[in-house]
Order: sequence, then C-alpha cells, then structure tokens
Amino acid sequence: MNFLKTDHEIIVIGVSTGGFKALEVILSKLPEGFNLSVIIVQHRKKDPDDFFIDYMNKKTSLHIKEAEDKESIKPGVGYIAPPEYHLLVEMDHTLSLSVDPPLKYARPSIDMLFETAAEAYESKVAGVILTGANDDGSKGLKKIRKYGGMAIIQDPVTAEAPMMPKNAIKIAGADHILSLANIGKFLGRLS
Amino acid sequence: MGDIANRNLEIDLFLEAMYKKYGYDFRNYSRASIKRRIEHRLKLTGLKTISAMQHELINNWNFFEIVLRDFSINVTEMFRDPSFYKAIREEIIPKIKDFQQINIWHAGCATGEEVYSIAVLLKEEGIYDKTRIYATDFNKDVLEKAKQGVYPAKFLKQYILNYREAGGMGSFTDYYTAKYEFVLMDSSLKKNILFSDHNLTCDTVFGEMDVIICRNVIIYFNIELQNHVFKLFLDALGNPGFLCLGSKETVSISDYVDNFEAINRKEKIYKKVDKRAVL
Ligand SMILES: C[S@@+](CC[C@H](N)C(=O)[O-])C[C@H]1O[C@@H](n2cnc3c(N)ncnc32)[C@H](O)[C@@H]1O
Repeated sequence: MNFLKTDHEIIVIGVSTGGFKALEVILSKLPEGFNLSVIIVQHRKKDPDDFFIDYMNKKTSLHIKEAEDKESIKPGVGYIAPPEYHLLVEMDHTLSLSVDPPLKYARPSIDMLFETAAEAYESKVAGVILTGANDDGSKGLKKIRKYGGMAIIQDPVTAEAPMMPKNAIKIAGADHILSLANIGKFLGRLS
Repeated sequence: MGDIANRNLEIDLFLEAMYKKYGYDFRNYSRASIKRRIEHRLKLTGLKTISAMQHELINNWNFFEIVLRDFSINVTEMFRDPSFYKAIREEIIPKIKDFQQINIWHAGCATGEEVYSIAVLLKEEGIYDKTRIYATDFNKDVLEKAKQGVYPAKFLKQYILNYREAGGMGSFTDYYTAKYEFVLMDSSLKKNILFSDHNLTCDTVFGEMDVIICRNVIIYFNIELQNHVFKLFLDALGNPGFLCLGSKETVSISDYVDNFEAINRKEKIYKKVDKRAVL
C-alpha cells in the first residue's frame, strides 16, 4: 500500500453519537511520529474543563487541541472543533470558526468542515465518517470524493449508531468500509 | 487553471465589484465562509456562474441588498455566554462605576439582544442612568429590529436561564412585557441606547469609549482586517478602557497584542495598556 504514502496531507473526521469511544479507538492506533493533520468535528456538549481534550491527549501520539480561529494547520496535530462553532478550512490552509446558524441541526457541522477541506486540499484529504444518528457529513464526503479525496466509512454493523455511516455509504459511497480498529490502523499507514 | 482556482478568481472579482460599485468591502472577510454564502445565493438565483451573478450585482440594486444581507450573519441571543456577563459584573463594573459618565460601544450588535442584556446588567448595578450605549452594526435591517426591541417569546426560557447564570439579581420578567408570542423590551432600558449605522471596515471613531464590546464579529475577518479593527478600537478607548471579544476571538494573534492586557483570558476581556504610564 505504498502508493498511499505521499498522497494525503489531512484527515477529516466526522462523528456524533458514540463519538468519544470511537475517537479513542482510532486516535490511539496512530503511530509515534504520525505526520498528517487530523481535523475532527464531533457533535458534543460544552465542556468547560477541557476534559475531552486532556483525555484524548493521553491516548494518542498526536497533539490534540481545540481548533482556534485563524490558526495554521500543522502536521502531527489533531484539531477538535469547539462546541457551538462551525469549523472551516481556508484555501491558505488555516482554520476559521464561525457562529453561522446550525446546518442540519448541527453546529459544528461535519458537512461544512468536509466541504471546505475538499476545496482547500482536493485529492490530499481523507474523509472519515463514524458512528452517529443523523445524516450530517454525507454531503461533505461526497464533495471530498468529487475532488479526488478518499472516503473511509465505519462499517455500520460495528457502529454504536449506524445511521450516519449508512447515509454516507448511500449518498457519497466509500473507498473503504472498515471497523473502528481497522480504520485506526489504516489511517496510521497514511503517514 | 483548475476548477477551484477559477472559481476563487470569480469570487475575488465578485467581491471587488461589490466594493467598487457599492463601497462595502468584504475582500478581507474569512474567505471560506463568504464563499459558501455566494455559492448558496448562486443556487437560489438559478444563474450558472458567479460571473453571471456579478453582472446582476452591478446592474441591480435590489440584488445588491440581498447579497449584503447574505453576508451579514446575525445569529445572537440574550446573555450569550452567561459567564461573560458575570465577569463583566465582577471585573469591569467595579472599575468604572464611579465615573461621572460611562460610554459603551457595542460594535456589531445585530438585532440587539446583547445590548439589552448589558442594559439590564447596568440597571441592576445602579449605573444605567449615567451610561450611554452606542450600539452599531452595518446592517440597517437588524438595527431597525434592535431599536424596536421585540423578540419571539419562544426563546424566553433559554434567556431566563442565561440571565440567572449570568448573575441576574432580580427577575428577568421585570424587563419586558409579553404580547402574544412576542416580548417587548422595557422602554426604560432603551432610553440611553443609541442605535446607529457603522461599518467597521471603513467608518471612524465617533467618541471616547470606556468599554467596547465586539463579540462574534471579527471571527468573520481575516488577520489583516482584524488588525484594522483593533487599531480603531485602540483609538476609541480612553484610559482605562476595556475591550470585550467573543469567546473564540483574541488579540493575541494581532499586531496589537502588546497594546492590550488580558484581565480575564477565558472571557476575552482586555484592558488597554496605558502607553503614557509606561513612558
Ligand atoms: C454573529 S453577529 C454577532 C452578534 C452579537 N454581537 C453576538 O455576539 O451575539 C455578527 C454581526 O456583525 C455584523 N457585522 C459584520 N461585519 C460588520 C462590519 N464590517 N461592520 C459592522 N458590523 C458588522 C453583522 O451584521 C452581524 O450583525
């Protein structure tokens, strides 16, 4: 699978219901020195203590942080969208936040992250849709594929909430349908 | 040139046309967000390309007004981020309450919910009568709504929760009258508020301010435009002068980082550094 090696620069991940556990499984599988950037939208509640970020940092070789407005996207860093803000990727490979109204009832919106990432990174982006009980992300994943990026979807049978991966398969189609643990290993080899 | 590059060029030209023809400058707004709105409008018009839409923009004033509204995101609420209001009560009010007169500039006030929230707070702190609130936005529609102070009652439950969490000292129901599915803010809150049209990209300072509140506005600007706005705020602030940003906005990435001292980092409350005192 060497052909994958230089192809991808960023991984965008969208996850909803059951996201905490799913992210833990995946992020903990990334090897030491992993040098892609990972940008994550998880539908989650406000977390005044940064518990989520602190916890994930203990589980992975990535440096996990909350995404900040106007910051540059760096390799080896995992950015998590803050609750109540949309997260967008700019053409100059920086991040923007916004308080636009929720999209498909979601803020942050997976579609918004994926669509802007597709335009900014074209074939250099891998989009990952995980467990969730809605259809956010499928439109964005479709756009990622349209611009030559890769779509990885959690096998709905293994998902805590199968609807989001099912919808993504139906609307965007997948390049790979894998279990959580295998998604982690697969992404680990993109570096 | 690829597909995406061509479209970005069309967007550059569209924004250029908007500026040259109508004087509204969105060239330094965060591009990803502006682009989404242009593309959304393109879909609604049924036109084929952004260039075709640019022709419409140049030749049709009504269409310009529609685009202007597209570009102004007005999402807001009463006591948004309650902990911020609590910090204002605890950390700013004590520092300004003995002033003879207090000037507050609320920039990018949208439909006014935040302005009335501050008015309530000032009243409870006993300093409303000597305060003048300048509430500005570049969108005349939202200013009109802000002036009226009429809001849908369906959000009241959330607002009352926010009010309490923000350290409200009375009952929020004292500040409005309910009519059918609407509430009308009390006129005693309105008397010292001046709503007016002001564009942060091109308009100037209009008075010396003790507090500037500008939340969730510069998040839509690129660094260059953020710098422009910080300079404007620096010029407008007296000494002491306080600047309050939204919870995901900061001066720390700007050229003016040394001109502001954080007095509450989490709530993004800054004090202007008095350069005279340093010298
Ligand atoms: C998301 S709202 C924020 C409202 C409120 N401050 C809050 O935080 O809830 C942003 C507001 O900024 C205004 N705005 C955007 N660009 C502006 C500019 N150049 N000058 C003045 N106001 C602007 C918009 O019209 C909109 O009402």
